[in-house]
Amino acid sequence: MSAVVLADLAYWQVSILRVLGLLAAVLLPAGTIVYLFLFKMMSFMQSRLGPMEAGPYGSMQLLAEVGKWLQKEDLFPNGADRRVFAWAPIVVVASTFIMYTVVPFGPDAWFADIPTGIYFALAVSSVSVIGILMAGWASANKYSLMGGLRSAGQLIAYELPLVLAVLGVVIQAGTMNMQGIVEAQRNGEMFGVGFIGNPYIITQFVGFAVFMIAMQAELTQPPFDMPVAESELVAGYMTEYSGFRFLLFFIGEYATAGAFSAIAAVLFLGGWALPGIGFDADIMNLLGPLVMLTKMMLIVFLVMWFRFTYPRFREDQLQIFAWKYLIPVSLVNIAVTAVLKVAF
Amino acid sequence: MSDFLRSYLTVGIFVGVAVTIVSALLGVSALLRPNKPSPQKSIVYESGVDPVGTGWSQSQVRYYIFALLFVMFDVEAVFIFPWAVRLEAYGLFGLVEMGIFIFVLFLGLVYAWRKGVLRWV
Repeated sequence: MSAVVLADLAYWQVSILRVLGLLAAVLLPAGTIVYLFLFKMMSFMQSRLGPMEAGPYGSMQLLAEVGKWLQKEDLFPNGADRRVFAWAPIVVVASTFIMYTVVPFGPDAWFADIPTGIYFALAVSSVSVIGILMAGWASANKYSLMGGLRSAGQLIAYELPLVLAVLGVVIQAGTMNMQGIVEAQRNGEMFGVGFIGNPYIITQFVGFAVFMIAMQAELTQPPFDMPVAESELVAGYMTEYSGFRFLLFFIGEYATAGAFSAIAAVLFLGGWALPGIGFDADIMNLLGPLVMLTKMMLIVFLVMWFRFTYPRFREDQLQIFAWKYLIPVSLVNIAVTAVLKVAF
Repeated sequence: MSDFLRSYLTVGIFVGVAVTIVSALLGVSALLRPNKPSPQKSIVYESGVDPVGTGWSQSQVRYYIFALLFVMFDVEAVFIFPWAVRLEAYGLFGLVEMGIFIFVLFLGLVYAWRKGVLRWV
């Protein structure tokens, strides 16, 4: 769909295209992450084959799992706050859907061109905390309550380094608009060298490192998985969930991994743009989503690599790591970036 | 309708789509799944024994101070964002002003640190 075609369509027609695009953008990366990384890469790293029976190399395993979860009984525990309990997974999944709205996949292939794009994405990503607290509180289970509180404590602690790491990029790009950040990287130059643009992973490497660590914690992936630590809290806030509502939390977790990796790809890897290659906009609209998917999978590979490699932190180490290391480092990063920006 | 409002209308549409899709899937699940309630099934899980007391038991919220600190720093971040966008225009003046602002807030973190708030109690 080229720019010319899009301009001729009415708003409702564009909206239908965008809804279809959104479903693809949420579900395809989430499915790829679960199959490729969670099933297969994890298995290979542990010297086993992983799922092999359903379809070639177990590629139909996901469908089999969804079919299984669809048939499971929907249980509500005694004393649960039923309405809150039922809505909690929906809130978590919905927050993921909205995070994707500001991610651009091509020069014209975007969902919503919001001027304060990255700020909006960070704001709605915090909505999932409310869903998790709802789940933890409504379950009327001690493990769930502890898991919910831990989750909230962890998510707000790592929200700060995440936001402060993004600030470095905003200072360099001079805009909060996601499309603007992509353009700034595509047309930028590093100290006078401009042939690959200026992907901020190079000039904002400290910010990138802080962002990746904070992202790992925001996704509650090991080594930051205390909210769902199975040896301490069974399954944390998800303990009382069964059937499809449990699967919604699971989908939410990996769809959020996709959303965060998309944001990281836009902020630090140049988004849909190919470094040093200038195709015209029509081609980039088709190629852009594939470039984005590649960059997202690179980011998720890093997250999963850390996940399968490191043992879990202790809860106090988690908080101290955020407050005593990540936040001062990212504050210094902001200061240095601002000084360099004004000096050059 | 302006492009600006249309962008937010898209956000609204996406919220609707998310809730609709999830509800539809839950509806499909409701058609497929069995429903055989029993008193044992709905007991909350507490490592296999019958639960003691109520699920909403009192627990120490250790990160209460962390939450307060979070509010302080999050408001700081809200103030830094517009400055970061306009830094090119402000130049040295803006740099010095924001330097003072960040330094004062950094003192707040150092104060909390020295007071032992960041220690696990």
